[in-house]
Amino acid sequence: MIYLRSKLHVLLFAVLVSVNVTGFAANEEEIDSWLHGAGVIGTIALVLMILALGVIIALARFNSYIKGYKQKKIEKNNLQFNEDILSMDSDQIDQILEQRKASLNYKLSGEELCGKEAPTDKRGLIYEITHDPKPTFVAKKQRRSKVFLRTDPELKKIVIAFISASAFWLIFGTVVGEFAALKFIWPELDHVSWLSFSRLRPVHTNTVFWGWGSFAMIGLAYFVMAWTSNTKLHSYKMAWTSFILFNLNIIFGNLALLMGVNNGGGEFREYIWPIFVPFFIVPLVMTFINFYQTVAHRKVREIYISNWFIFASIIWTAVVAVTAYLPINGLGETAIAGYFMHMGVGMWFMTFTLGLIYYYLPASLNKPIYSYALGVVALWTQMLFYTMIGTHHFIFSPLPWWLQTIAIIFSVGMIIPVTAGTVNYLMTMRGKWSHLAKSYVMPFFLVGVCFYWIGSMQGSLQATRYTNYVWHFTDFNVAHSHITMYGIISFVLWACMYYIMPKLTGKEPKQFLVGGHFWLAFVGMFAYTLPLMIGGTMRGLSWLQGAPFMESVVLMRSHWIWRAVGGSMMLLSHFVFGYNIYYMVKGYKAHASEAAEQSSATELTEELLETETI
Amino acid sequence: MALFDFNTNHKALVWTMFLVFIGLTCIVAYYPAYEMSSYEPLPDQQPLTQDQRRGLEVYVSENCAACHTQQVRNIEMDKAWGKRPAIPQDYVFSKARLNFWVQSPSLLGSERTGPDLTDVGNRKGSLDWQLLHLYEPRAVEPNSIMPSFRWLFYEVDSNFVRESDVVVKGLPDKYIKDKRKKVVATEDALALVDYLLSLKQHPLPEGMEAPEFIPLKPKEEKSGGGATASAGPDGKSLYEGTCAACHQSSGEGVPGAFPSLKGSGIVNNDMGETHIKIVLFGKDDNPNYGPMQPFGDQFTDEEVAAIINYERSSWGNDSAPVTADEVKEVREANE
Repeated sequence: MIYLRSKLHVLLFAVLVSVNVTGFAANEEEIDSWLHGAGVIGTIALVLMILALGVIIALARFNSYIKGYKQKKIEKNNLQFNEDILSMDSDQIDQILEQRKASLNYKLSGEELCGKEAPTDKRGLIYEITHDPKPTFVAKKQRRSKVFLRTDPELKKIVIAFISASAFWLIFGTVVGEFAALKFIWPELDHVSWLSFSRLRPVHTNTVFWGWGSFAMIGLAYFVMAWTSNTKLHSYKMAWTSFILFNLNIIFGNLALLMGVNNGGGEFREYIWPIFVPFFIVPLVMTFINFYQTVAHRKVREIYISNWFIFASIIWTAVVAVTAYLPINGLGETAIAGYFMHMGVGMWFMTFTLGLIYYYLPASLNKPIYSYALGVVALWTQMLFYTMIGTHHFIFSPLPWWLQTIAIIFSVGMIIPVTAGTVNYLMTMRGKWSHLAKSYVMPFFLVGVCFYWIGSMQGSLQATRYTNYVWHFTDFNVAHSHITMYGIISFVLWACMYYIMPKLTGKEPKQFLVGGHFWLAFVGMFAYTLPLMIGGTMRGLSWLQGAPFMESVVLMRSHWIWRAVGGSMMLLSHFVFGYNIYYMVKGYKAHASEAAEQSSATELTEELLETETI
Repeated sequence: MALFDFNTNHKALVWTMFLVFIGLTCIVAYYPAYEMSSYEPLPDQQPLTQDQRRGLEVYVSENCAACHTQQVRNIEMDKAWGKRPAIPQDYVFSKARLNFWVQSPSLLGSERTGPDLTDVGNRKGSLDWQLLHLYEPRAVEPNSIMPSFRWLFYEVDSNFVRESDVVVKGLPDKYIKDKRKKVVATEDALALVDYLLSLKQHPLPEGMEAPEFIPLKPKEEKSGGGATASAGPDGKSLYEGTCAACHQSSGEGVPGAFPSLKGSGIVNNDMGETHIKIVLFGKDDNPNYGPMQPFGDQFTDEEVAAIINYERSSWGNDSAPVTADEVKEVREANE
């Protein structure tokens, strides 16, 4: 009964939004009221709708004009045809009819292309021969590449090390997250202080942030940096040192959190400074120097757009990280908290991952990026808009009103970089849709790119004052962060990995298992986020009505169960992913040394034969 | 213009990114942080005592802010958590740097999985309730999903309980395996409760205007005031919001900690004076139960009357209602 009522509330909410939007566009006297922001935004939405309507009408008019023009032409042709026939004599007409009859009766013999000889495969191009093609239950994916990429074996080692570590931390972080999710259903799961929900929550977020995401991005970037600069990586020693330090960051940081030592609970900066500074900021700067020197010694004239994004990401993150640990007290700390909470995501994960797409997406499709200039626009607008929006985590808080307003306005402005990026990626994909059926790299990319637009737009809407009124403090936030960090970042990183890893190790994972990973993660994410969004809305409305707080806890229960179900699917998909990485990495060393020996060898076919036998 | 040819000049590219970003950061981070970090405390606002400070450290260490906010936003729904919206001065003492290793704690929070704690010292002012709730939240709130912080307590054989030990009262049998033992609070638990009980919204000095709560629908506020004003405060929701924490929604209380109101002699006495007195000024003379905090400052006479009348007419209780005037009389006579 309560459930049903709550469902009605969701409906009511939708109605309320529309009523408010129209109500405020008309009512000038309320311009100074709190809905000012939402009213303006609502008006813009209305204007856009009208504009869209105008465009549709214009297109319809244009279409009918063209149709009329075509019709006139056809009629003219018909008249001409009639006149032509009247002017012919009967022999001519018979001849034309005979010709037409012969062409209608013509049939192919079926041997025009292959001839009558048995087929041979001199160049080893045929992957599989079957005389009995059966319809398969799932679409069969091609082996994407047989080319064992010839590159510096040292570079391969570092990339593979980073990616393997990222897979490990992903699984660890998800296990922790899943365990924490179960505690919403069974709060009495255990009574161990180290495993209490409030201590595990930051362990989960920090592990997937500094473990999974960061390791994956940096590992993939080592390859991009060296490859697009057409040179060797500046220093492998530095790379390995940073690899160890980054790992220690998570190990020490998590141990401290479990012991109850944290940095005052500021989100994503729970590691205390004696851990975060030497084990994250220092190796981050080392990584930057390494990348910078590599690009500085590039053997091509131009700096590839991916490297712009990656440079930007590391520089901005270094500034953001140092800022986060400045000794600032009182509400000043809260201003910094909003800044860091959002920049940690936007400047580090988003900017970096976008940079990776600019290399790995076109590379996997074997075509150039659609527009280089659009990429540049996206980068600078990312800097301008994203930097300003952190305070939208503290709408209606005692932080200055102007700061909140700036955050809301620029949140809406995010439409520009997000749309620029999305259009660029989708236009790059255009004409290559067949890759959706051919390999799983493209589906991972497509999901990541679509979520880039949808997740970011949803975030912009969530930042406005009206939506904040209902959604803030509820589980809607948790859903949003999973749509973005999982739907965008994780899917794109997986796409890049499934593209590059087989090329580095010469081993392709089983397509069935890559598919299992994809679908479990994809469906799991919906099972996770949708119930939390619905539940979060219901919870916010329950608060709005002034119902007792515990009522809002009880109504969340079924949604928390669904979240745990989705989380389990995601966890399972990560185990599959871990196995896929293990499968590709296992025994790759032999290839690396062989590749080193062969580095003087010139013929591509040798390598082809070699990988063929694996 | 080779200087700005970012395509080929990596130095220009990197420096531009760095400097422009620093500039933007100054606008949205450094400047507001500088502005917001130096506020004078309100008159009479006291710094945290040593115990409360230790309690705050436990609060941070257990990461309570993961689920509990400490900010009354200036919107209508947050009226449930405080009398006025939060202002920067509220955080002068609590958001000082914690120690050399730990920064100013992020108390405002971003998730309200559990209730806001800005004013919890007023709402749940009972030491016994707080201890029982920390040890086993579901003993007082069956639907709670809060972790039970058992490691802040230890078990002692009931013969060896010292005079100075603070025992958790009213713990149902099912939560303690060995019936001969008692659960005693550690110093950390007592410090944490001390801190929680100190969380009370500080009243603003005269002449200083509190920011207003923003209503959801401004129009209705203006026109539709007449219909709701006559209804008076709702005793049931007030009871559920405050009193039910200890006395429970069923009115039966928690045996050994919080007395039952169902069938209680005081509640069922047609002379309401004692009942009113207890609600207004608290009660601490029954050795079987923990002390009750006074609620006179939190509620108006009308609200107290509404709560009392709800108690007097629920769970089978049946006694004569009291009026707001009677409450006023008792209040004035005892002040």
